[in-house]
Amino acid sequence: MDIGMLELQPPEKGRAMNTLVFRPGRCTNCGMCLKVCPHRVFAPGDGRVRLALADKCMECGACQRNCPSEAIAVDSGVGCAAAMIMAALRGKDEVVCGEDCCR
Amino acid sequence: MEEGYAAEVMTTVPKLRSRERYDRLKARMGIDRMGHRVRPGLYALGIPERTSPVLVTANYSLSFNALRSSLPGRNAWILVLDTKGINVWCAAGKGTFGTDELVKAVQATDLASKVDGRTLTLPQLAAPGVSAHEVRKGCGFRVDYGPVRAEDLPTYLDTGECTEEMRTVRFNLKDRFVLAPVEMCNYRWWMLLMLLAALFVPYYGPLVLALTLGGIFLFPAMLPFIPGKDLSLKGMVLGALLVTPFALYQLLEWNGWYVITAVLAEYLLLIAWLGYLGLNFTGSTTFTSRTGVRREIFAYIPWMAGMASLGGILSAVTLVLYMGWL
Repeated sequence: MDIGMLELQPPEKGRAMNTLVFRPGRCTNCGMCLKVCPHRVFAPGDGRVRLALADKCMECGACQRNCPSEAIAVDSGVGCAAAMIMAALRGKDEVVCGEDCCR
Repeated sequence: MEEGYAAEVMTTVPKLRSRERYDRLKARMGIDRMGHRVRPGLYALGIPERTSPVLVTANYSLSFNALRSSLPGRNAWILVLDTKGINVWCAAGKGTFGTDELVKAVQATDLASKVDGRTLTLPQLAAPGVSAHEVRKGCGFRVDYGPVRAEDLPTYLDTGECTEEMRTVRFNLKDRFVLAPVEMCNYRWWMLLMLLAALFVPYYGPLVLALTLGGIFLFPAMLPFIPGKDLSLKGMVLGALLVTPFALYQLLEWNGWYVITAVLAEYLLLIAWLGYLGLNFTGSTTFTSRTGVRREIFAYIPWMAGMASLGGILSAVTLVLYMGWL
């Protein structure tokens, strides 16, 4: 769908609900992702963690930021329609809670 | 209030005073949303020793107050980051509760000279903004992520461990319902417009106002029980359910053929409007992803726009029929 000047891009077809990618080969089993994920997406596994509930990922980015071996990649951001619509209308990249949005 | 990190150690107590409870009430009502701040810096809760734990939080007053009020009878250091009055999770998402700010706060308060330990206990929801291994490189302190909620902190400090429950974000009835007043504040101009409409437009004015209030209060309360996976769809379903009694009443009264177009217009307009309210609730939840919301916007906005347009046309037709202009 083309909505003119608006920056909002539709997601690619046929992809999952999130952009989470786990590269088990790089995992050192440090367990940080198990601690920081608020939705129990990762679970302890055999010598390395495993993706247990990939669909629950909300793309907060906590696991990626705290993984010391870059085994996790996720295009993090805030899942807020109001912020996206507002950003699109104002022509800005992204607004987040605070002075730019929801005041 | 003075800006920046306080150079000296400030003191605080676990007990909230009535002024602070009033501040919380105002925050919950959406009043002065950026004004609920505490001074960033290092606080002594009780009489902490050099070996007492260092707990880190945001300078949103509700975050700071939730932390200290969960620790009655305990001694601890509380390091308050300058997150511009934004709560921990949102500030972490924005990066203001981030690695750089944490390192800056540790240095600005000269924490290393005041405590023997080299561990900072952060709320788990700070993790989207903070990189534990980079904080260690930046200031020598080890980051330890505590539980999601401050109320679980005493257990964590005693046992050193978090249960799965303590590490998982919830969105229970209380969490959802507390959002309603803030939602009303976010829609304040719409609410004012609808209040005027309710006063001057017979029947339809009060109907729209009632349905909007229904959307704001019932939607969060009934969220898990409304059919549908996407929030937009849930909003639409709730809209259809709420309009139905009004539509049945009109059809049973039967004042002429215009009732048919009137009822159709009501369904279309209010389903679209409550769907939109549902879509906008995504940012209030604790589980929506950016990819998912983007998909939802592109899947539902065209439908909502189409229904609203058709509803508008049918409203005009209703007016023409009702006034007997044909």
